[in-house]
Amino acid sequence: MSADKKQKIPRQPMPEQEPKVRARNFDEVPFGYSPETAMLEASRCLQCKKPKCVEGCPVNVKIPEFIGLIAEGDFVGAARKLKETNALPAVCGRVCPQETQCEAKCVVGKKGEPVAIGRLERFAADYERDHDAVTKPAMAPSTGKKVAIVGSGPAGLTCAGDLIKLGHEVTVFEALHKPGGVLVYGIPEFRLPKAIVQAEVDYLKSLGVKVELDFVVGMLDTVDELLAKYDAVFIGTGAGLPVFMNIPGENLNGVYSANEYLTRSNLMKAYLFPEYDTPIVKGKKVAVFGGGNVAMDASRTALRLGAEHSYIVYRRSEAEMPARNEEIHHAVEEGVELVLLANPVRIVGNDEGWVSGVECVRMELGEPDESGRRRPVPVEGSEFILEVDTVVVAIGNGPNPLVPNTTPGLELTRWGNIKADEETGQTSREGVFAGGDIVTGAATVIMAMGAGKKAAVAIHEYLQDK
Amino acid sequence: MNRIVAKEEFSRDPAVYMMQIEAPLIAKKARGGQFIVLRINEQGERIPLTIADTDLEKGLVTIVFQVVGKSTAALGQLEVGEEILDFIGPLGKPTHMDNYGTVLCVAGGIGIAPVHNIVRELKKHGNKVITIMGARTKELLFWEDKMRALSDEVYVTTDDGSYGRHGLVTAVEQELLEKDRDQGDINLVIGIGPPIMMKFVAKTSEPFGVKTLVSLNPIMVDATGMCGACRVTVGGKTRFVCVDGPEFDGHQVDFDELFTRQRIYPEQEKLSMELFRQQQACGCGCGCDQGEAS
Repeated sequence: MSADKKQKIPRQPMPEQEPKVRARNFDEVPFGYSPETAMLEASRCLQCKKPKCVEGCPVNVKIPEFIGLIAEGDFVGAARKLKETNALPAVCGRVCPQETQCEAKCVVGKKGEPVAIGRLERFAADYERDHDAVTKPAMAPSTGKKVAIVGSGPAGLTCAGDLIKLGHEVTVFEALHKPGGVLVYGIPEFRLPKAIVQAEVDYLKSLGVKVELDFVVGMLDTVDELLAKYDAVFIGTGAGLPVFMNIPGENLNGVYSANEYLTRSNLMKAYLFPEYDTPIVKGKKVAVFGGGNVAMDASRTALRLGAEHSYIVYRRSEAEMPARNEEIHHAVEEGVELVLLANPVRIVGNDEGWVSGVECVRMELGEPDESGRRRPVPVEGSEFILEVDTVVVAIGNGPNPLVPNTTPGLELTRWGNIKADEETGQTSREGVFAGGDIVTGAATVIMAMGAGKKAAVAIHEYLQDK
Repeated sequence: MNRIVAKEEFSRDPAVYMMQIEAPLIAKKARGGQFIVLRINEQGERIPLTIADTDLEKGLVTIVFQVVGKSTAALGQLEVGEEILDFIGPLGKPTHMDNYGTVLCVAGGIGIAPVHNIVRELKKHGNKVITIMGARTKELLFWEDKMRALSDEVYVTTDDGSYGRHGLVTAVEQELLEKDRDQGDINLVIGIGPPIMMKFVAKTSEPFGVKTLVSLNPIMVDATGMCGACRVTVGGKTRFVCVDGPEFDGHQVDFDELFTRQRIYPEQEKLSMELFRQQQACGCGCGCDQGEAS
């Protein structure tokens, strides 16, 4: 097909559940491509000799190669090509912000819409899994070296996957009762089905990765005790410390951190209460504070739990929201109401200690701040009350201090993040590497995976010299 | 993993059980004042329970719990030989150990269990330990012998006067602190029991200016500092009980907020319990009304 002809094919949409229907169930929103649609979309790729898209990918997925295989109808081959560099393609195809990474660099996107790389990635990974075509990749012979990975989120799983293929013995320690970290406790079922995370973990286990659940590093073995049993340790414990607004009324009943709200719903399956034992407040009017992806997840979860009104309260305008456009679009489509240029100053309670409303102040945008976004400034005397019975605070997460606090000599930033080399993940302690949100602060799944990947390379080198 | 190796019914109404769980890694690490989180089965919730005792040689962790809802009711039905799906710990900060001189330990109800673990460690650090243990009625008291073996002095109270002294633990606390006012030997009070009791243990010691630790038991989910469900106000600041506690200065704790935050899910708890009882009653576990049980 000529480049001209290719450009005439429009970017293929991915069928999805109707907004009104999906806003009341927890099933995944998009259905994924059919093989025919996938091949058509794949044929849009120009197969650039110097692919810009690969540069835009934190784990450098061989994008033209895997898309080429899809175009030829070799879907399983495409999945295997993906897995050469990406341990979790079914996850990345769903939750990566492709529009700012690979797809942002796509040459096809210069004139029209870029190739739907994320949708194709998801298609290939799903196809391989659904057709039981998952096979083991080539494994290096055993090195006899042992690595402990702390945390089974995206950084830890990626690091584990790469190290096991290099012949090292790998054990992943997870504090919770299920592996996956933020992929299971944070990201909702309707965006990332938990069965997919489990399948990715099972795949790593089939390669020989050991997973120790219910193991709280720092409280059971410390990092130093792990170092006595393992040749290297990778810390990927994530951003597991909720940040609150520090405004009056935050301890009222019905106020949740996004972490708690989402953990109850996702990890503990509170949306299936009473079949599952963990309860959750099913508010009728829910206010979510924040404008990121987590805020979108929380507000969409509220709808699915039966909220009549689910508000996002954000102090800047929609243009400044850090959430992906797709997430904002999905949320609004489902009925989430955006209360923009409003900052919560106080949560109001009733006599029983329950939330009854949020007092907000109107904001206007002033001069740009250090992030380049226009700084919101309160408008004096513009306070108003938003009547709600549930509040979810989704304004960010800090580093969980459990591991840093129990690892003497581990240098931290003044925010409590672990100091680690950007290229290698090397920390101030010999044999200890770190990556993901515990180093960078709350970021994306793929950034954490990129860090896990770089650390795996560095750990491999370290083990060979050791 | 997490096999129940011993079980004892301490009382029937309310139902209180002691269980010893095989958890060698936790037994090795646990210190007085820490807790575990457990989950019975795939549908189960994560519930925190304070560690009552550990046996390092046999690798056992002892828990004592009262049946207050579905999860504890289901836990109480597990028998020796069965396993608990998830058993996680040790969690929280241990009681800070030191030679304080004389320590007054006030234990109420199932709070007797965790206090026992703390008394044992306090003795190891050379403290004189006076223990007050109380319960609503005689049947609810346990481990008096263990406490007597460890403590230098033991006072027992029951609310109904069926055993020991008639009255509340705080009455004895008041007397002992008054008696000690001139000597000033008692340098620390540790109060563990129902939240309302802890509030009054702290209130009683406050005028005497004796530092008082209480062990809080709010609702938790992950119990590793990640969710903030367990936040309490201590000295005007929000703290997470799971990682900053569970022990706090009782004179600084906002107990009323704690009481309110323990009542977030009363309706759900009731519904869970009713469904559980129905399932029990039908005999086949499905909740139908065709079972053999009356």
